[in-house]
Amino acid sequence: MGGVTSDSTADGTTTGTAGSTGPNSAAGPNGPTGAPPSLAVSGLAYAYPDGHQALFGVDLTVPRGERVALLGPNGAGKTTLVLHLNGILTAGAGSVAVAGLPVEPRHLAEIRRRVGIVFQDPDDQLFMPTVREDVAFGPATAGLRGAELDARVHEALARVGMEAHSDRPPHHLSFGQRRRVAVATVLAMRPEILVLDEPSSNLDPASRRELADILVELDVTVLMVTHDLPYALQLCPRAVVLSDGVIVADGETRELLCDEALLAAHRLELPFGFDPGSAKVPQR
Amino acid sequence: MGAGHAHKLYLHGHSPVHALPPHCKLAAVFCFVLVVVSTPREAMWAFGLYAVLLAAVARAGRVPYGHLLKRMLIEVPFVAFALLMPFVARGPYTEVWGVTLSEPGLWGAWNILAKGTLGVAASVLLASTTELRELLLGLQRLRLPPLLVQIASFMIRYGDVIADEMRRMRIARVSRGFRARGVRQWGVLAKSAGALFIRSYERGERVHLAMVSRGYTGTMPVLDETAATRAQWTGAAALPVAAFAVCLMGWAA
Repeated sequence: MGGVTSDSTADGTTTGTAGSTGPNSAAGPNGPTGAPPSLAVSGLAYAYPDGHQALFGVDLTVPRGERVALLGPNGAGKTTLVLHLNGILTAGAGSVAVAGLPVEPRHLAEIRRRVGIVFQDPDDQLFMPTVREDVAFGPATAGLRGAELDARVHEALARVGMEAHSDRPPHHLSFGQRRRVAVATVLAMRPEILVLDEPSSNLDPASRRELADILVELDVTVLMVTHDLPYALQLCPRAVVLSDGVIVADGETRELLCDEALLAAHRLELPFGFDPGSAKVPQR
Repeated sequence: MGAGHAHKLYLHGHSPVHALPPHCKLAAVFCFVLVVVSTPREAMWAFGLYAVLLAAVARAGRVPYGHLLKRMLIEVPFVAFALLMPFVARGPYTEVWGVTLSEPGLWGAWNILAKGTLGVAASVLLASTTELRELLLGLQRLRLPPLLVQIASFMIRYGDVIADEMRRMRIARVSRGFRARGVRQWGVLAKSAGALFIRSYERGERVHLAMVSRGYTGTMPVLDETAATRAQWTGAAALPVAAFAVCLMGWAA
């Protein structure tokens, strides 16, 4: 991996602009371990070919090992941001670096290994005939074969508790199981950062809790895109709010969720009866 | 492997035919069909022998004849034309049970019917003893263009998903009182088909996005290398080689 690039030197200041009180501001841009941050986005702007501008200078740094929720109403630019993280979309201005490696065409293969995106609909993500082949797809594309590949697939399926289903076609699994397999497909690539797009959508409460248990146990950096605010509070100590293409808030998840004016200004709403101030959050 | 589709043709079993590697079986069926179509149509007994050969394979593969015959009905719409030939073709005529029929037409019909039926029977045997996913692996091993194999494998994977979507759309239509009674309702059905196409197209784009995100650059990694031994090739070759001998005799006769 390349060292810390010149882009990421700006990170310390960029998170500050959002008035951060989150864990990141204390740890500094490179996190407590001194490793480059898993994700460093700075001044990212993007307009779609039709002229619609979706991002207006996004700054976001996620130190290694942290779990961050990316909150925002529909149309805030969350998906656009996610598609920049592994180079599907190319920044109009600004830069993205993953563990110090800038997202550029010549690094795309390595970037896509490092950034594991779990898309919202598992039927889009699981395209191979069996679970095992699907989990093997990423590492096999990267050149892994034989016993090493088998071990990798087994490990990834074990981490989401789906080893017993490895030879089944994805279509025969329940929705919750499919979502867990989708997580395994990217875990098999040993990513630096796991990006989850609406991980709790369409899950029943039991599947939702099972997925949360799995995510909490993982020792990877997580960026969780959601408007499921209780789920964000349960899983992510830190949250950022993306609205109209900029990061408007960055801080401790509980504090953000207790800020009624902030939520109201950005079309975020807590479910009926949910009090973020008194909700018990398991220690990570 | 889209077992939802596979089970219609595939018969689970552990026969010697099931055990052969898929690419050997594919090559054998392909050669068998080539031999059959290059047999002179006048050698009627040769086609009888081919049928016996296929019956022997079915026996070895423990495929019940009933299953085989039922699946072969798929051929019927395709040979309807052949049945017309004796009535519409020209040339010397002959009388069969008081009906005047064209002689070249009769030969043409027999030719299509016999060769077509044997080809369909061989294909049904192949499908009954080989899983769909294995067939794809076999095609891959036989160096079929990877793009075609990928397209086929996506059809298997997403056939169920799209059929499910179609079912939901049908339920939504029916729930709002729609009943397809005649031509006047075709507009609605056409729009549903259009909507389904667009949804499938968009899903295709999302699937591609997910693939690219996991490092896809145009080729699928080959995971299951199924190399065939000499003995397996020999086993699979038994059918086309025997058929070839019959074919030679047919030309010699």
